Amino acid sequence: MITAAAQEREHYLNASYGLKSWLLTKDHKRIGLLYLATITLFFFIGGAFATLIRVELLTPQGDLVSSETYNKLFTMHGVMMIFFFLIPSIPAVLGNFFLPLMIGARDLAFPKLNLLSWYLLVIGGAFSLYAMLAGGVDTGWTFYTPYSTTYSNGYVIATALGIFIAGFSSILTGLNFIVTIHRMRAPGMTWFRMPLFVWAHYATSLIQVLGTPVLAVTIVLLFLERVFHLGIFDPARGGDPVLFQHLFWFYSHPAVYIMVLPSMGVVSEIISTFSRKAIFGYRIVAFSSVAIAVLGFLVWGHHMFVSGQSLYAGMVFSFLSYFVAIPSAIKVFNWTATLYKGSISFQTPMLYALGFIGLFTIGGLTGLFVAALGIDIHVTDTYFVVAHFHYIMVGGALMGYLGGMHFWWPKITGRMYPEGWAKLSALVIFLGFNLTFFPQFILGYLGMPRRYHAYPEEFQVLNVLSTAGASVLAVGYMIPMIYFIWSLRYGKVAPANPWGATGLEWKTSSPPPVHNFEETPIVTHGAYDYSTVIPQEVEVG
Amino acid sequence: MSDPHETTHIDSVGTYVKILLALLVATGVTTAVARVDLGAFSTVVALGIACGKMLLVALFFMHIRHSNKLTRLVVVGGLLWLAILLLLTMTDFATRGILGVPGK
Repeated sequence: MITAAAQEREHYLNASYGLKSWLLTKDHKRIGLLYLATITLFFFIGGAFATLIRVELLTPQGDLVSSETYNKLFTMHGVMMIFFFLIPSIPAVLGNFFLPLMIGARDLAFPKLNLLSWYLLVIGGAFSLYAMLAGGVDTGWTFYTPYSTTYSNGYVIATALGIFIAGFSSILTGLNFIVTIHRMRAPGMTWFRMPLFVWAHYATSLIQVLGTPVLAVTIVLLFLERVFHLGIFDPARGGDPVLFQHLFWFYSHPAVYIMVLPSMGVVSEIISTFSRKAIFGYRIVAFSSVAIAVLGFLVWGHHMFVSGQSLYAGMVFSFLSYFVAIPSAIKVFNWTATLYKGSISFQTPMLYALGFIGLFTIGGLTGLFVAALGIDIHVTDTYFVVAHFHYIMVGGALMGYLGGMHFWWPKITGRMYPEGWAKLSALVIFLGFNLTFFPQFILGYLGMPRRYHAYPEEFQVLNVLSTAGASVLAVGYMIPMIYFIWSLRYGKVAPANPWGATGLEWKTSSPPPVHNFEETPIVTHGAYDYSTVIPQEVEVG
Repeated sequence: MSDPHETTHIDSVGTYVKILLALLVATGVTTAVARVDLGAFSTVVALGIACGKMLLVALFFMHIRHSNKLTRLVVVGGLLWLAILLLLTMTDFATRGILGVPGK
């Protein structure tokens, strides 16, 4: 039941109406919602490709699609999910919406640049979608040379151009966040009073700004090589194909942290809120985000152990890779220590956060396997690697994104989602995810290579389990989609602070006013001081 | 966004013209040197001139020499990241002949 007061109060959603008011908005909250709609579309397109992949792998024979089509399916699944869903997901949606609110600012530092970032993602996505509809691309999302430059007949340039354009969206978002965090914090919001979500986004933004330009350069070189046969990656012309892999992974390994660091920020907020305790070792968790961002740039060669890179380089990259495990483990241990003697409640966001910790730990520990030279040579290009990175990127990044969506949905929309359905879907997603990807660890260890549409019969049982899990996972993703939309009209009206959380975003109304706060907040204590906060009851309709 | 306490330094038009001329001369020198066979030093000289040009653009046209410490830190950070890219890539290219390639 909507109260008269809630109906009358002006907020960012009812301040203006019409398509133009959205397409030309400079409000970071509305731009966040534009991103939400866009990346949700990309997620379901990427998901459709995944569905076809898993259906093909139900049987050992390549009987649903040809091997060429299968190559295109896994390429387009990877391109869509990585560049157009996971990388923008938390920063562009939740970061855009909440970063200014959490530091007490009225907007981001460059609102017009923020809107431009969204348009760039849409234009980039349109190029890549065009390539997919026109005939697709079959290089894998990694575009390795010389296949991508010399042999592939697919729409390599159009797809790569889409990624190039979307990359600028990512750079501008990162730049906007860095400047906003430096210059627009409310009075009293010192660096060590900032929520860990903001710290995580600061670290993520550093990667976006420092790494993405290298991807742009690499794509330009790929274009020059493919179109003008420049010879940068072609040994016959004095080039080196492994150079492409160095340049590509210089960005694309840290890109994993663009996906997972914001998720870690979300998890920190949720764990603290639903344990009603300050995060254990706040400063070390904050610094561990920056450490992950920096160390993440030193390890890319572990993707190239069998590429033809020298054994010495392999040993250096293997050694350095183990260092990233330290700040990652610090976070996991500190979240666990936060739970100790906490007043824990298992509401939906908390289920996702706990799911994140478990799945990220499995993904992280198997990361140590593949960072070891000897084991990696055994499992390179097998399903072990596929399972490992899905535990990080889906089990980690996506669980954090969904946790964050549930945590902040009342603030974004002013409505509560149905808790029972939400808990059920969190459970379904957790089970479906594990059923999909755990068998792939075994498949990979037994030697099933990735990127083939046919496989020996002895692998069928595990593949059937994996496909069954993917079906459960798909149902799990559909349920939130339905009840989130349902809640917009029928959900209970959300109070300003339904969870009893401490952040500044909970001190303003739900949904927030156009300029976020009625008056500029003055911050007098740290990010997780629960002594002064009481959860507000949800009105029963 | 602008901080009222910050002042904007802009060099005179004459300075910009001098820098532009220096950049054009450096481009001419790069072209001329490319026609002389210096062996392995050809690349060293070309990259040296390019670095010099980059510094001129950053210091004058991008106003780094008048910028505050944070902006300079950003520039140094960018160069440091470029150094990481080059250094770790060279751990591969410079050592393939020493320890070899796995599997070969």
